[in-house]
Amino acid sequence: MTPQNEIILDRRASVARILADRGDALLITGLGSTTWDAAAVGDHPNNFYLWGAMGGAAVLGLGVALAQPQRRVLVITGDGEMLMGLGGLATIAVQRPGNLSIVVIDNESYGETGMQKTHTHHGVDLAGCAAAAGFPVSRTIYSRDELEDIVSLLYAATGPVFAVVKVAATAAPTVLPSRDGPYLKDRFRSAVLGDRATG
Amino acid sequence: MSKEDGWSVEVFSMLQNMEVQQVAYVPDAGHARLIELCEADSRMRAVPLTSEEEGVALLAGAWLGGERGVLLMQSSGVGNCINMLAMIQECRIPFLTLVTMRGEWGEFNPWQVPMGQATNGLLHNIGVIVHRPDTAERLVEVVNAAAHLAFDAGRAVAVLISQQIIGFKDWHK
Ligand SMILES: Cc1ncc(C[n+]2csc(CCOP(=O)(O)OP(=O)(O)O)c2C)c(N)n1
Ligand SMILES: [Mg+2]
Repeated sequence: MTPQNEIILDRRASVARILADRGDALLITGLGSTTWDAAAVGDHPNNFYLWGAMGGAAVLGLGVALAQPQRRVLVITGDGEMLMGLGGLATIAVQRPGNLSIVVIDNESYGETGMQKTHTHHGVDLAGCAAAAGFPVSRTIYSRDELEDIVSLLYAATGPVFAVVKVAATAAPTVLPSRDGPYLKDRFRSAVLGDRATG
Repeated sequence: MSKEDGWSVEVFSMLQNMEVQQVAYVPDAGHARLIELCEADSRMRAVPLTSEEEGVALLAGAWLGGERGVLLMQSSGVGNCINMLAMIQECRIPFLTLVTMRGEWGEFNPWQVPMGQATNGLLHNIGVIVHRPDTAERLVEVVNAAAHLAFDAGRAVAVLISQQIIGFKDWHK
């Protein structure tokens, strides 16, 4: 067993593991690195990548989850992005969408802007925030075993589910998906709604 | 029926007709009745927010998932939304907000004035089309037109509701 709190997980490998089981889940990614992580796994019409709107990923996921209660909605975002939208955890907990899961890829830094430390480096416990807000499932993941356990919860547990995956603060190669907002939006709506997308 | 009841009931049935399903809000006294009506309707989901910018993100998600929404807020909340509205503009996501104005007509609280005076210009600058009904009689018609512009033409539209229409808070009572 690895010592508690030692950070060994790799962001790309962790995101790839999580998405391997996605099935027909809908995916929203936060601006910057988590968008590159998802693109590195492979582009998909069920993906909507944010290139801005910092602080909005989780609550955007809530809007999708409420509109699509039969689908699993997964948000994968960064610790800095999540910290900017902390109030959204309270809003999500109040709505209690059973089909929404949020994963924070926590490198304890603002990766995109030069690896400055975020509040999580100084001890702010995002999973604790989500639990205190009322998320029925909220975990911090340090090991591969814990990651395996959480993956099934992300797609099957009655949510909202919250998982902080502690990853090493290493830069992965940038993999750019489309950054055309109207295209990404229309593609996602067509994938979800079919003919109704243009109605 | 009070002044507020009248327009709230009419705007509510208009939102029903437009099949608006997610109603995001940070409360303002002017929206109180409308919020109650939306909360009581089983086809609508009222979503209280901690900050108005959450409403912008929420409604973007609603649209991606196939639902229409509206954001109810007061003018000071517009200042909390600006960067999130950049996404609405860049992705061309239909967006409707009803903004009750403070900081202009008969305002008592000076701290409301800077944001109230800046509201129209800020919305315009971030790409939101602004409608301002000049009388209570025209309010429902204007909201209806705004909803069509938002959802049919795929635009971001704000309706600014003046205290001239909804009455202002009398602090001396
Ligand atoms: C409102 C706003 N403030 C600041 C930025 C600059 N910015 C872009 S990405 C980023 C860091 C994101 O950090 P995190 O979510 O932890 O992602 P990481 O790259 O570390 O995975 C920042 C601060 C921005 N795009 N928008
Ligand atoms: Mg980070």
